Formats: sequence, structure tokens, C-alpha cells
Amino acid sequence: MARSTFVYVTYIRTTPEKLWSALTDAEFMKQYWFGAHCESQWKAGSPWKIVSGEGQILDAGEIVEADPPRRLVIRWQHQNKPELKAEGDSLCTMEVEQSGTAVKLSITHTIEREPSKLIEAVSGGWPKVISNLKSLLESGSIAMQDPYPTGNPYGKVQTSH
Amino acid sequence: MSQRRDTDVLFKALADPNRRKLLDLLHAHDGRTLNELCEHLDMTRQGVTQHLSLLEAANLVATVWRGREKLHFLNPVPLQEIYERWIAKFDKPRLGALSNLKRRLEKANG
Repeated sequence: MARSTFVYVTYIRTTPEKLWSALTDAEFMKQYWFGAHCESQWKAGSPWKIVSGEGQILDAGEIVEADPPRRLVIRWQHQNKPELKAEGDSLCTMEVEQSGTAVKLSITHTIEREPSKLIEAVSGGWPKVISNLKSLLESGSIAMQDPYPTGNPYGKVQTSH
Repeated sequence: MSQRRDTDVLFKALADPNRRKLLDLLHAHDGRTLNELCEHLDMTRQGVTQHLSLLEAANLVATVWRGREKLHFLNPVPLQEIYERWIAKFDKPRLGALSNLKRRLEKANG
């Protein structure tokens, strides 16, 4: 079956419990997710959504699996842009495991189609979010304030003129 | 592992044309097996395996098992960290203008 996937991995010097809480606490999330946050009860079957700093629902879906502090699976559909919403559900899996003195965070995002505009769009955002999360947990401050020079949360970053 | 060692491993992993080619191949098409990657490189299978393991150690490549197949994915998170640490803090518009100029001049040279 045609499928688009990305896998992002980072090692963060923290504990699995702190990382889990960073991934699920709305107020903490706003600090590294450029003002956006997730809303959910974080239990299998509960609804889930990402809300932007302006209160707009960017993505929505459902928690498929929640095994704190190890594994979280989210059924994820974009809501804001029609062409991305039309691609339907994607699956985002977050895995947390101890690795020496650090904690390994793996994020796998998959959709059953290729190519996928959704995967292309989110893959531009994830590295920035993850990098900020790492920086915030390790040093107490974020690396980047402004994620998208174009002002568009699902836009591509311009690299040349 | 200290932060400084992470950075050393990362830059060493990038300091090889074959490993950079592997990253380009994964960027063009992610989630490839060792066999698929070998097809594009003029190198022994063992050589490719070694380069991949260095890229994995630097966290530039992440692997996922699908059945008996090991799939390789480009992991851009450390590159994002390089970008923030070594590029974003410098003056971007001026750097952009300079790199455009370099590109144009080099193109003119044929």
C-alpha cells in the first residue's frame, strides 16, 4: 500500500515522566509549540485537538493508545486547509524510552497515501517543535521564537528569494 | 553523552561526501532499505552499512523495522539544531544575498 511516513528522533536529557508531561500539558506545550497547544484527556478513545494561539483548531482526532510515560498514538486529521483535510486521517505515534542518561523521543507520522501534502506540511514543523522542546527541557529556554517567517503555520519556510 | 560530544559526532558524520549523498538519497525518498541505497552508491554493501551506522550514531538517520526489512529515514532534528545554533543567529538576509551572489557567479563561470 502506498504510504508516506516520517520518523523524527531526538535524545533529551530528562526523565520519561517529565517528557510525557511536556507532551501532554497544555500550558507547558504553548512554550515550545509556538503558542499552540493540544487539548485532550490523553486516554484511549478520548478526543484530541491542536489549538493555535489565536484559538483556531488546526488538527483534530482521537487518542488511539495512551500508555504513560511510554507510548502515545493519535489519529490525526488536519482541519484548517481544505486540501490537507481532504487527505483524511493520519497516525502519529510518539514513543518515549530511557537511553543511557537521556530519554529517546521518536515521533512517527504516517498516512496511507503517497505523496501526501499533510506529511510534507507537518514535516516542516516537527523539527522546530522538537528542537524547542529539547532546548526547553534541557536548558529552561526555547531555541526559536518565530517558527514560520511566512506567518503561515502550514507554509513552507522560504530559503531563498 | 555530553552536548559537545553530540556535536562532534554530528559534524564528523557530515564530513564525508558519501554520507552526505546518503542523506540526499533519503531526502529524495525516505524509508529505504540497505539494498535500495546500495543501488545508488558505487561502494560495497559493507561500506554502505558502515556509513549508515555512523549516520545513525549521529542521529541523522533513524531506522524502523517493518517485518524483516530495516527501513532508513532521514532524521532532520539535529540539522535543525545546527541551523539554530550556527545559522539563525547570524544575519540571515545578508547571508541569503551573499549565497545568491555566489550561486550566480559560479553559474556564470559555467
